[in-house]
Amino acid sequence: MLKDITLGQYFPGDTIVHRLDPRTKIILVLFYIIALFTADSWVSYGLVLVVSVICQSLSRIRAKNLFKGLKPMLVIITLTAVLNIFYTTGTPVLPGWIITWEGIARAIKMVLRIVLLITGTFLLTYTTSPIALTDGLEILLNPLKKLKVPIHEMTMMMSMALRFIPTLIEETDKIMSAQRARGADFETGSLVRRAKALIPVLVPLFVSSFRRADELAVAMECRCYHGGEGRTRMKQLKMTSADITALILGAVFLAAVIVIRRLGF
Amino acid sequence: MAHISIVDLTHIYSMGTPFEKKALDHISLEIPQGQMVGLIGHTGSGKSSLVQHLNALIQPTSGQILLDGNDINASKITRRDVKFQVGLVFQYPEYQLFEETVYKDISFGPQNMQLSASEIDERVREAAGFTGVGEDLFDKSPLELSGGQKRRIAIAGVLAMRPSVLILDEPTAGLDPEGSRRILSNVTAYRQATGSTVIIVSHNMDDMASLADRIIVLSHGTVAMDGTPEQIFSDPEKIQSLSLDVPQSTRIALALKKLGVDLRQPVFTHEGLLSAILNYRGGVTC
Repeated sequence: MLKDITLGQYFPGDTIVHRLDPRTKIILVLFYIIALFTADSWVSYGLVLVVSVICQSLSRIRAKNLFKGLKPMLVIITLTAVLNIFYTTGTPVLPGWIITWEGIARAIKMVLRIVLLITGTFLLTYTTSPIALTDGLEILLNPLKKLKVPIHEMTMMMSMALRFIPTLIEETDKIMSAQRARGADFETGSLVRRAKALIPVLVPLFVSSFRRADELAVAMECRCYHGGEGRTRMKQLKMTSADITALILGAVFLAAVIVIRRLGF
Repeated sequence: MAHISIVDLTHIYSMGTPFEKKALDHISLEIPQGQMVGLIGHTGSGKSSLVQHLNALIQPTSGQILLDGNDINASKITRRDVKFQVGLVFQYPEYQLFEETVYKDISFGPQNMQLSASEIDERVREAAGFTGVGEDLFDKSPLELSGGQKRRIAIAGVLAMRPSVLILDEPTAGLDPEGSRRILSNVTAYRQATGSTVIIVSHNMDDMASLADRIIVLSHGTVAMDGTPEQIFSDPEKIQSLSLDVPQSTRIALALKKLGVDLRQPVFTHEGLLSAILNYRGGVTC
């Protein structure tokens, strides 16, 4: 049940999308998001949709997995659609109706925008291992180090957090089983009762998280970890010609969307 | 009638996904009232899956588990009630302690049974007595005690439900010899006082050989061996072929055999080894 959470999940593979440098992918996702929010006409939305579908199929990530990530957003998506349909002024679909053609068009566009935003960013985390992702992020944010922003420490925390998600899920499962064996009941009763029933799970979980953090800190100190200064990498990130091609294609795509908006297609 | 009957139990994890895994494969077992069973098997042999079926934490993919002749998975109510009759102590149970005081933590189980306050108090004191947790500890926070103490408190939390079947998953893992001995003698005391059935999952063959009435060896989700310690350890080669160990005394007997000294009887406890060696010197000459 808890294992269904797809947060930060990585599906290993060996496609062109998987092989791209994480930096390239982060920049491309950035381009993609800017393009998505620049798009306002059907033509530009169509372009973003086509690009998105091409990338998804190149990555060979199953559509089922992509849509699974949408599930938690279903409420927001439905709400957006409903509000837009009913609260947009324009020509009514039928005389006397509140629903307008403009409302329907806007609802479709907004839903499309949210869905494309989520599936697009999910493609990044699905095809890039958390380690590669934080490595890429660290290098991209390097210039901020000049401003004394602790980039290395921040990305280190991020990769640790990602690393411990599965561990924590497993631990939660274990503690829940143990408390269930003592008669704890998580499924029935009012909301307040169910929230209270979580105390026997949360307390041990916190205690063990602190213990784990302590152990990790000791282990890191034992190996002389002292932050990012002068640290080299085992796996150096390398830009290949594929990365450059991808970046150029991405820039062209973004430019096209901006041009379409300017020209008002 | 057997206390616990496992009838043709199969469990498959993540059925219908690429991660599908058969953990238990058509297991049938009968465990009579009051028996002390040692459950052994290599990592991933299905021990944990099997014991979690016995108190309905996991439901079988197919097959049945009967407690005193009743299907424990018959309804939601039986599934909940069986947790009070079959006490399951997980590995490293000290990590599940959560209350502010030792007393409150031990009383968590009885409270979930919705007993009266006096009944709860009686059970907490009784369980603390079985596990040697002194009343001076009752008002302390369980988190500030030693590892061995914490574990005995966690076990007391299960004993306080007065289960007629007590299952312990690796109860001595990570404890020093003194702590291990105390836990095992606590369990023996509980069993003697209540006549409960006890199942211990363990990798410590010496403990199993001296404590258990019966040893069940699991391998790849099936029952590979089932018998008294004497029967099981009389075939040390088979045990070792299942990537398991034999007791120290059996190993010594095996080494002696290689040196040409055949003790001619299964040896699995220190006392047994001693008497076998003494008899050998007294009786047989080569």
